[in-house]
Amino acid sequence: MDNILSIVTFIPAAAALIMALFLRGDDAAARKNAKWIAMVATVATFVASLFVLSGFDASETSFQMVEQGSWIMGLQYKMGVDGISILFVMLTTFMMPLVIAASWNVETRIKEYMIAFLLLETLMLGVFMALDLVLFYLFFEAGLIPMFLIIGIWGGANRIYASFKFFLYTFLGSVLMLVAMVGMYADAGTTDIAMLLKHEFSYGTINVLGIQVVGGLQTLMFLAFFASFAVKMPMWPVHTWLPDAHVQAPTAGSVVLAAILLKMGGYGFLRFSLPMFPVGSDVMANFVLWMSAIAIVYTSLVALVQEDMKKLIAYSSVAHMGFVTMGIFSANQQGLDGAIFQMISHGFISGALFLCVGVIYDRMHTREIDAYGGLVNRMPAYAMIFMFFTMANVGLPGTSGFVGEFLTLIAVFQVNTWVAAVATTGVIFSAAYGLWLYRRVVMGDLIKESLKSITDMTTRERWIFAPLVVMTLLLGVYPALVLDIIGPSVTALVTQYDTALAAAADAVTQVASH
Amino acid sequence: MSADLSTILPEILLSLFAIGALLGAVYTGKDNAASALVWLTSAVMLVLAIWIGTMGGDANTGFGGMFIDDAFSRFAKVVILVSAAAVLVMSEGYMTQRGLLRFEYPMLVALSVVGMMMMVSAGDLMSLYMGLELQSLALYVIASLRRDSAKSTEAGLKYFVLGALSSGLLLYGASLVYGYAGTTLFSGIIQTAVHGEVSLGLLFGLIFLISGMAFKVSAVPFHMWTPDVYEGAPTPVTAFFATAPKVAAMGLFARVMHDAFGAAVADWQQVVALLSVLSMFLGAIAAIGQTNIKRLMAYSSIAHMGYALIGLAAGTAMGVQAMLIYMAIYVTMNIGTFAFILMMERDGQPVTDIASLNMYSKVHPGKAIALLVLLFSLAGVPPMLGFFAKLGVWQAGIDAGLVWLVVASAVASAIGAYYYLRIVFFMYFGDEQAEPLDKGRSPILWGFLMASAVIMVIGVVNLFGIEGPAMAAATALVN
Repeated sequence: MDNILSIVTFIPAAAALIMALFLRGDDAAARKNAKWIAMVATVATFVASLFVLSGFDASETSFQMVEQGSWIMGLQYKMGVDGISILFVMLTTFMMPLVIAASWNVETRIKEYMIAFLLLETLMLGVFMALDLVLFYLFFEAGLIPMFLIIGIWGGANRIYASFKFFLYTFLGSVLMLVAMVGMYADAGTTDIAMLLKHEFSYGTINVLGIQVVGGLQTLMFLAFFASFAVKMPMWPVHTWLPDAHVQAPTAGSVVLAAILLKMGGYGFLRFSLPMFPVGSDVMANFVLWMSAIAIVYTSLVALVQEDMKKLIAYSSVAHMGFVTMGIFSANQQGLDGAIFQMISHGFISGALFLCVGVIYDRMHTREIDAYGGLVNRMPAYAMIFMFFTMANVGLPGTSGFVGEFLTLIAVFQVNTWVAAVATTGVIFSAAYGLWLYRRVVMGDLIKESLKSITDMTTRERWIFAPLVVMTLLLGVYPALVLDIIGPSVTALVTQYDTALAAAADAVTQVASH
Repeated sequence: MSADLSTILPEILLSLFAIGALLGAVYTGKDNAASALVWLTSAVMLVLAIWIGTMGGDANTGFGGMFIDDAFSRFAKVVILVSAAAVLVMSEGYMTQRGLLRFEYPMLVALSVVGMMMMVSAGDLMSLYMGLELQSLALYVIASLRRDSAKSTEAGLKYFVLGALSSGLLLYGASLVYGYAGTTLFSGIIQTAVHGEVSLGLLFGLIFLISGMAFKVSAVPFHMWTPDVYEGAPTPVTAFFATAPKVAAMGLFARVMHDAFGAAVADWQQVVALLSVLSMFLGAIAAIGQTNIKRLMAYSSIAHMGYALIGLAAGTAMGVQAMLIYMAIYVTMNIGTFAFILMMERDGQPVTDIASLNMYSKVHPGKAIALLVLLFSLAGVPPMLGFFAKLGVWQAGIDAGLVWLVVASAVASAIGAYYYLRIVFFMYFGDEQAEPLDKGRSPILWGFLMASAVIMVIGVVNLFGIEGPAMAAATALVN
């Protein structure tokens, strides 16, 4: 199985192609076929990805299962995984069957819908496996197209605005990154990520339009990549597309967005910014840390006053991503461990929360918090599930949410105590909005007339949540499951980062003044 | 003498064919044979394209250096011939249906193609002008092909007057260059035009030459004619304007800049870069408000010329290669898009309003997805080929140190994405409308649309191998 990674990546695309070419008609049978083809394809992808996981040697820190071939314009088709990327691959393949299952009741244009999601899966997997700059960019950027259509076609009332905002925001960020990538190619003479990781980009102070840029080329490159990843994460203050996109996207779209697409930004920081531009990262680290702290507190406060459930969870996502960037730019073992852990765990938890909203949205067709109340009376199972994930989102010990937050807070405490202090208040706020949301939606008496006939979760819905509950608990009580896999690669990354910084000590002394 | 003739054999054959067909058609009667002639003309062009494409061999010059037959001109000629043949075939159904198809049409196209082939092969200011005028005169006529339409005749007139002005500028530049360089041969000019020693008069001449050529590629600030002509001319003619002549003009531009002024890159680089950045931004911003898809495509082509000019501004072989690849991809995308526009009809009447595409995807899912691919390709979103076109010119730009230009073009491409998305918006997210567009029964147009969309996607694998020929073409030009 020399090309297992390509197989994993392109199974969904192949299924999408088959569906597009051979599935005709729009009757009940065709719809059913579309759903089942998508389900089979995503499950097959998951199974195939298990082979990747089982063949993965965690103690090895270089890229594994590498496939390489020459491609056009001096580029390469190169795929591979290491400790940093493999879990994102697994997260993607794990979530997609659930996403398809959650879309079982979609009626409009089901064939196109499934095709869009399958293509999206291929592109997301490609992002995490690509080992060529431009190949990475290709997957990264192409993902905008299906997501744009998913929001625009199957979204809510204000979907047009949301889809355009989503596309243009992320596109502008990404083209700047592309320019930097072209610059890297010109500088290093290769687009191979493994080679670029060894290349040292210059960091002497340079003068751009009369401004002295400390860290030189590295800082400029860092900023260009930052423009893309910060939007994708999303970080405050460029997060404003996310609430709109989340609210308008269909449930499955929100799940993919929260669980996987947001992780591309964090993955990008880990893959490119930190190891390739250590000096640039170091120059900007404090800035990013403060932005993360502001994001955590500010978006938590904003979440408190939301009246739309999805918007609330979207803001909570931004806050949780703040922990991720904080961990990454602490640039120590706990920070990176915590950041990756937080991303994986947030994938399960936020995905589950959006599914929770989807469950009642399917029944009542509203996301207004005020339209609910007292659901526990008629939906005990739902109340149970929703509580579990609310607690996980809050970061209750024993759930995976706790581990990530705790690790990143420890990490940042060692680097910048003030940021840690500010960010910790975010934990309290997150408890506040999480519990308050739960109180308003689930607790109390069931007085609303419209809710009197609401039904509890169906078997299908329960089965969708089951794996998520298991994973959240499992990672909560036994985080080593993740940390053992990522550990060696993270250690290597931190060592590389520290070595590069020590070597660039001159540049660093200039920076230390801030 | 016979060696001279053999270098321009393809051009001679095409001219002979055009003249012969013209005579034949005049003698045998009216426009009954027009359809057959269209097919015949494109067949001849295709044969010539294959011949030129497989010719290989070293560069030849004819007529004392006035005519150059090298890898560069061959590459450009193949693109020109293939795109012209494609557009001809595409226009046949549309024009017959509307009674526009006269036998002069394919002949004029063929003659303008001869002009274009001359342009990209020119080795002298005189042959350059001859080619340019042959091309332009034929284009002026076909712009006003619909004689009873005020808009079409207005388009033709506008194009003619402004085109004459630009030819005047170009001629003035050519005369200055001749005066200060003492020769009209490119190979002679390049001896005089060496960076640091370029005299003021030569510089003036160069700027006038650039202005004239910028008009032909419709680069800002010489773009004003483009939207009006695109809108006024019959749609198949617009499709033609947007493809082959643009390639020829770009080819000519590159030919003059490198063959005649290649030793003075620093003297014109900033000028071309300025044209490029202005075109990209104007094209991106002005298109936002358009509701007519033909006008929109006009601004889109202005923007695309801006991107292609980055390759020229780089002033390197890599830049020329990127520019050639850009043009080839651009032409392919445009053929597909115009095939779609030609199919936009309601009750048999052509429609150009973008809003008429509302919910198009419901009625015609296949065509909608093809146009979707083309639009994202035009916007430069991967994995479509349009992205690789941009990537290529950006690589060349960064390599040549034009970082500011590349950053500006990145911003422009993000702005420009908006109006392509707007069309997607109408097709997929728009409101239901009472009267959807016609089914469109032309298998030819459908075929072109689909082929072009499929090329945009599967070209990712190896760009259909045009990299090598483009590189050979570029190294033939830049040395």
